[in-house]
Amino acid sequence: MKDIIFAMALRNVKINYFRSILAAVGITIGVVAIASMGMLGTNMTGAVTDQLSSMADKLTVTAYTGKSGGGGGPQVSTSNDNLTKSQYKNIQKIAGKYGYVYGLDSIRDKVKKNKDTWNTQVYGLDLTAMKTILNNLTEGGYPTSDNSVLIGPNFALDNGFKVGSQFSVGSRGVKVAGIIESRGMSMDMNTDNAVVITQNLFSSLYGGKDEYSQVNIVLNDINDASTVSDEIDSLMNRRETQVRVQDSSRMVSSISSSVTTMTSFATIIASISLLVAAVSIFNIMMMSVTERIREIGVLRSIGTQKIEILRMFMYEATLIGILGAVSGMILSIVIGFVFIQVMIGNTKYFFTYDSLIHLPYAMFVGLIICIISGIYPAWRGANKDPIEALRAD
Amino acid sequence: MTDEVVSLINLSKIYSLPSGDVIALNNISLQIKKGEFVAIIGPSGSGKSTLLNQLGCMDVPTSGDLKIGDKSVNSMTDQEMTTLRLTTIGFIFQKFNLLPLLSAHENVEYPYTLKYRKRDTTNRITKLLKLVGIDEDLAKHKPNELSGGQQQRVAIARALVNNPMILLCDEPTGNLDSKTGIMVMNILRRLNKKGKTLIIVTHDPAIAEQADRIVTIRDGKIVL
Repeated sequence: MKDIIFAMALRNVKINYFRSILAAVGITIGVVAIASMGMLGTNMTGAVTDQLSSMADKLTVTAYTGKSGGGGGPQVSTSNDNLTKSQYKNIQKIAGKYGYVYGLDSIRDKVKKNKDTWNTQVYGLDLTAMKTILNNLTEGGYPTSDNSVLIGPNFALDNGFKVGSQFSVGSRGVKVAGIIESRGMSMDMNTDNAVVITQNLFSSLYGGKDEYSQVNIVLNDINDASTVSDEIDSLMNRRETQVRVQDSSRMVSSISSSVTTMTSFATIIASISLLVAAVSIFNIMMMSVTERIREIGVLRSIGTQKIEILRMFMYEATLIGILGAVSGMILSIVIGFVFIQVMIGNTKYFFTYDSLIHLPYAMFVGLIICIISGIYPAWRGANKDPIEALRAD
Repeated sequence: MTDEVVSLINLSKIYSLPSGDVIALNNISLQIKKGEFVAIIGPSGSGKSTLLNQLGCMDVPTSGDLKIGDKSVNSMTDQEMTTLRLTTIGFIFQKFNLLPLLSAHENVEYPYTLKYRKRDTTNRITKLLKLVGIDEDLAKHKPNELSGGQQQRVAIARALVNNPMILLCDEPTGNLDSKTGIMVMNILRRLNKKGKTLIIVTHDPAIAEQADRIVTIRDGKIVL
């Protein structure tokens, strides 16, 4: 071995292998904790983003009324709140190249069957939009006339409706043409408990021909959300505020950011284990220096410079750090994989760059902590008075 | 350039303790010539070890000066004094002080590697060990696998490896039986005859008698 100082450090680590391993275990635990928490964060963010991305690809445009919107679903329309046909066309012109644009009417109204009455959300959609947006039906087909409607699965189940069932919306009797598959919560419309009628029927029942409660945009690429939102805002609200754009990707990004904050906090808590390891390494290095005072005296007396003594102890701390960090990294892959499988239920994002980058990061932190812990003991060893050191037993 | 390899000029060493100053060496002047064999004797606490530490550049004087060759220790940094110990002075201790992690061969090679920043490829270590009676098989052993005499011979080889001007010996036979002690002294005398300056601190009159000059220290002063 070329560097005799390194060779001596390596031998000392080997000779005191049990002590060295115990010190390294501290670092290993710290590295596993930090890497696992980091990877959990990345995987959790990925999974949450996945779950929310079906919501996040939608923009909702409503008429500006000066009232702040609550979000999370369409507004109850009044004639003043509606978007005009020309506004719809403008939106179509701006956003058409980014995705599918459709107008939607909505109102909350009573539906009746015999003596039973329910207060239900009623949506008005044209047939093309129905076929595009509500493209999965569990039963039946799309309306063939203004008197046939689609209903949500919960509405059907709760009220015992099937394809062919008849009831009345407002003053008009209608027949169930199909039952929509469950869509869950969405920014554009929540159809699970709703009745979807044709736009013609909607305007004949509630007025507002060639008007829309809202215009929805289903984006081809979720990353265009801000661009489209900004373009609509800058072109349509240039002179006066006409429309309000709700960008659901911001909500998703806010949720993802909250998940990241939570996992960052957990990572910081996990880092405490590395501090414990640092104390342990400091203690072991101090013991090593104390035990080898005489050896330090001999080394100094035969011409070893202070910096070489310092190097020897720093090599020892680094070797322990490398041992702990490498074993920590290997264990992190195994433990992290199992941990994420148990916590999230899938490991889809485990082998991605964003997830695996936590391994070298945790290794680096573990190694640096180890080296920092070794500095003072090494400095103390290097600065021992050689005469005093030679007298030690 | 003089013949003197060591010059102490009015050297004093005073330790400041809470109970008051302790004068370990009091205004000592001493010259040692190249190739000389000097024995330093004196009772316990007389200042022998302090003098040896001064001669070995392990400590700096409180006042006065120490010259090794023509270099004054007073103006040296710790790094320069350490380099002097590596290249100019060979230490031989009573307790051998070999490095326990290294084999006998590596113990001898260690100062060589520090000085030349490379491993020995000239067979110098093996030759030196042979010179002091340690064969290649024995050289592979760690210090704790060697007898006291063998350890001291390895320590002599280590002291010689960088071809120092001065050999400083602190009770070199103190931990050896008489037969091994004689063997070690024979090696040291042989080295002295080849030109090495030999300075031995000893309690043993029989060893002191072999020296060219005996320096007696008492209460921090040279008395003879």
